[in-house]
Amino acid sequence: MDLLEKHKGLAERHALMQALGVETIGVTMEKILSPTRALINGRETILAGTNNYMGITFDPSCIEAGRRALAEQGTGTTGSRIANGTYALHRELENELSRFLNRDHVITFSTGYQANLGMLAGLAGPQDTIFLDADSHASIYDGCTLSGARLIRFRHNSAADLEKRLARHDGEGGRLVVLEGIYSMFGDRPPLDEFVDVKRRHDFALLVDEAHSTGVLGEHGRGLADEAGLEDEVDFIIGTFSKSFGAIGGFGASNHPDFEFIRYATRAYMFTASPSPASIATTLQAVRVLDARPELRDSLRRNSARLHTGLRDIGLELCCDEVSPVIAVRVRDEPSTVIMWDALLKAGVYVNLALPPGTPNNTCLLRCSVSAAHSEQDIDTIISLFAKVVAGAAGDAAASA
Amino acid sequence: MSAEPDDIFRDICALLQPLNKEGIELTRETRISADLNVDSMAIMDFIMEVEDRYDIDIPLNDLSDIYSIDQLVHYVHGLVSRKKA
Repeated sequence: MDLLEKHKGLAERHALMQALGVETIGVTMEKILSPTRALINGRETILAGTNNYMGITFDPSCIEAGRRALAEQGTGTTGSRIANGTYALHRELENELSRFLNRDHVITFSTGYQANLGMLAGLAGPQDTIFLDADSHASIYDGCTLSGARLIRFRHNSAADLEKRLARHDGEGGRLVVLEGIYSMFGDRPPLDEFVDVKRRHDFALLVDEAHSTGVLGEHGRGLADEAGLEDEVDFIIGTFSKSFGAIGGFGASNHPDFEFIRYATRAYMFTASPSPASIATTLQAVRVLDARPELRDSLRRNSARLHTGLRDIGLELCCDEVSPVIAVRVRDEPSTVIMWDALLKAGVYVNLALPPGTPNNTCLLRCSVSAAHSEQDIDTIISLFAKVVAGAAGDAAASA
Repeated sequence: MSAEPDDIFRDICALLQPLNKEGIELTRETRISADLNVDSMAIMDFIMEVEDRYDIDIPLNDLSDIYSIDQLVHYVHGLVSRKKA
């Protein structure tokens, strides 16, 4: 039997998209021109789907830090953190993040995905139960599965549904509740105060994945818990370096006195090479840049509000009323979404094509992510292209219905 | 609420109807994912409807052993029976 037979459905779906004249897999950026521009298919394109929230991928000080680390410490560590892969730079980054996040302990991972695998599998075991939001990112599902814990899914952003399930739960072992600071597809955030109220009535540890909210939310840029003033109620946070920090890697952080032991208990940390010196050096500098330039958050908020308002005003259906740098436009069906996405790309703006099962509620989305580095003109151009390509097509469909 | 296997079967069929896009006949042998051609997220959302209907929790870990409607009926019946006991 052909082992790849099981993926035939994917091949058929891809063929359908090709029949529409659209190549959706593997958009190639031929040249990166700036945090907000790339050459795609030979055309200068506005990037509005790269999660480059702070727009610091070309920050001169980050580039210089990476260049220096590359020259002085080589191209890679060739080992895991528990073997030969711990450099002074790794320690320095963890100390700097500890200060930035105001958490006693920070453990870095080689990618954000691995941070979720490592943290969730390090925290929970087969005797424990994890309660996870229904709209959790795939890396959370995978980390939960790897842990071997019992997995109970609660309705998205519903503290009441979580409480119902906690009340029903009669299992032994520890209980961990997992939320995200900003959900990656719709850009919405959980009512953290309501979840904290539930925590006061039920015994569990609370973990927030701040992948899309670190740098973005809160007075100090520490994420949702910072914004909500509830950092003391959140026991563990997870984050990534591949969004606001403009690099690659991830972290877990906590004030738990035994947190450091996760290093020696979680395979996603123990059995993978540590991040390269250049990667760590750029991240370390990015932490300092984010700390020193809170005005980047202000720019991001202004740009996000401008795009959110602009897309709503041209009659598009947005998935979230609240402004965040993730702005998802709902489209009626998959073929329309694919055609519109391709038309937007050809018109000069790259957004994310997001389709089921990678989206909540079987929705088809044109997902935008805003950057502090976008200019007002960029945002207005994105809105005008959506008006031409998406709002126009939606109007045509309504007229012909 | 009655929770004999036949009642559970009828309930589950009703809850599955929104996923039954091709209108196939639902029997106890129907394979929920394969025969209805629905993805993993849709299955998990459907399971939440079943959980709400019977005020039970079905851990995601157990879903990998449930392929057919009949297997789900017996799983739910087991949980509901233990809850009553």
